[in-house]
Amino acid sequence: MIETEHLGKRYGKFDAVADLTLKVAPGQVLALLGPNGAGKTTTMRMLAGFLMPDAGCARVCGHDVVAEPLQARRSLGYLPEGAPSYGELSVAEFLAFAARVRGLTGIPGRRRLDDMIERLQLQPVLGQTIETLSKGYRRRVCLAQALLHDPRALILDEPTDGLDPNQQREVHALIRGMARDRAIIVSTHTLGEVRAACNRVAILAGGRLRVEGTPAELERMSRYHHAVSFRAPASALARELLGRLPEVAAVEVDPVDGRVTVFPRAGQEIFHAVVKLLEEQRVRVDELQLERGRLEEVFRRVTDAADLARAA
Amino acid sequence: MPGMTAGTPMELHGSPFGGVFLRELRGYLITPVAWLFSVIFLLAAGAFTFYLGAFFERGQADLDPFFRFHPWLYLVLVPALAMRLWAEERRSGTLELLMTLPIRAWQAVLAKFLAAWLYIGCALALTFPMWLTVDYLGHPDNGVILAGYLGSFLMAGAFLAISECLSVLTRSQVIAFILALAVCFLFLLAGDPLVQQPLLALGSVRVADALSDLSLLAHFQAIARGVLDLGDLAYFVLTIAFWLAVNTLILAARRGG
Repeated sequence: MIETEHLGKRYGKFDAVADLTLKVAPGQVLALLGPNGAGKTTTMRMLAGFLMPDAGCARVCGHDVVAEPLQARRSLGYLPEGAPSYGELSVAEFLAFAARVRGLTGIPGRRRLDDMIERLQLQPVLGQTIETLSKGYRRRVCLAQALLHDPRALILDEPTDGLDPNQQREVHALIRGMARDRAIIVSTHTLGEVRAACNRVAILAGGRLRVEGTPAELERMSRYHHAVSFRAPASALARELLGRLPEVAAVEVDPVDGRVTVFPRAGQEIFHAVVKLLEEQRVRVDELQLERGRLEEVFRRVTDAADLARAA
Repeated sequence: MPGMTAGTPMELHGSPFGGVFLRELRGYLITPVAWLFSVIFLLAAGAFTFYLGAFFERGQADLDPFFRFHPWLYLVLVPALAMRLWAEERRSGTLELLMTLPIRAWQAVLAKFLAAWLYIGCALALTFPMWLTVDYLGHPDNGVILAGYLGSFLMAGAFLAISECLSVLTRSQVIAFILALAVCFLFLLAGDPLVQQPLLALGSVRVADALSDLSLLAHFQAIARGVLDLGDLAYFVLTIAFWLAVNTLILAARRGG
């Protein structure tokens, strides 16, 4: 369980994080989204005990990060921004260091190390000095450090930054696999990651929580939710007629690829009506789909509004 | 993966404190700056003793010309060895990794200090041929020589504590080095006219007197003469403890910022 209550952090007159209340229960993977400077890293640093909150409180597995810092840190696995590690050490030395610090000793400790090395596929570089490794390997080394002690709570600041698509998929699978009985927070700029690995989303902007919910709930906030889009070579008349349907709010044509999107009025289902009309008009449709909603669009709207509010 | 499976349980045995201590120590064995430190220290200690100190010409069976130059060697070499202690962690971002481990700030400060002090102690111990030479050529007072080694080691510890503390103030190792060099120099010569006269000229006799009591050089020379006064020992222990405590406070305060 990872919780924050009215958490705040100020730098001079600037609120890096303000009045942030979040709760991540075991089994939940929360994607922390937001533009750069939204307060994601500051929030994670406070939870990890690297920064002291100025207001409110933060708890990891029931331990307050200020009152019981060591207990809180023991139950947390943390991947800091940029995945720092001691470059002059070899991978094996660095992981042995992390194991020692976490009190992982003896045979169980070694088994745990071997397990992490295998899951993150670090065998080929074990003897190599960390500073000679590629960005992807370095991130996985630091990730191994965060997972080594099998923590109940995990905070990963951009875990897939610098990884290739295959490695990203592996990390997503790793996160999903661990999610069952753990509370996990992942920050990311990749909205695809939200669908691939997370079951909850929080969007921050200007240090404040703007939206929170499941990915599906956020998609429902998109104007694309339950819109119908299709591609048809000649559809001018049909578009005209679609626009007149009472349940249709708008019809838009993408100027680049010519794709037509039909937006419903709030709460209306238009799929069957659109299909019926296209059939009646005998429009040749190459492809047609019911849109779930676009996180990108929700993200942009929510964070733009935040910018406006701050400017005002 | 030979490195992992061949390890004995003892290698993994430990605590946050032990982990940081061993990692630091390991760092000294694999970084060039630490090797440079030992090599230059040993060469310079030898050269100064024989040329500047006129080791043979004096015709006395003691190590005074050897220990006499230690403060000046440490003045340059200890800040050079210690400048990376925190500055490097800050620059590379590993400070965040370290400070989010289940370790208290004072433990991290102490672990780094002890590892570096042990390393300097090993370099100092490697000067033993000097003692063997004196012991072979004459009949030195081995008690005084032992006291000289103790004084030298304590002084290195004081320089180290000052340098480690100042290293936490910056991301730049160069700035950390220059700061440490300046402050160590001030404490080394606190009783010297060089420092005393400007203070007296400003009319602050009290400050001048207080500072003169803090002179590292005077306390070192007292111990190196073979007089183990509790006051001199306490001076070094307190100096080290003070700078390590300030170091811990700065580290903790940075979290608030």
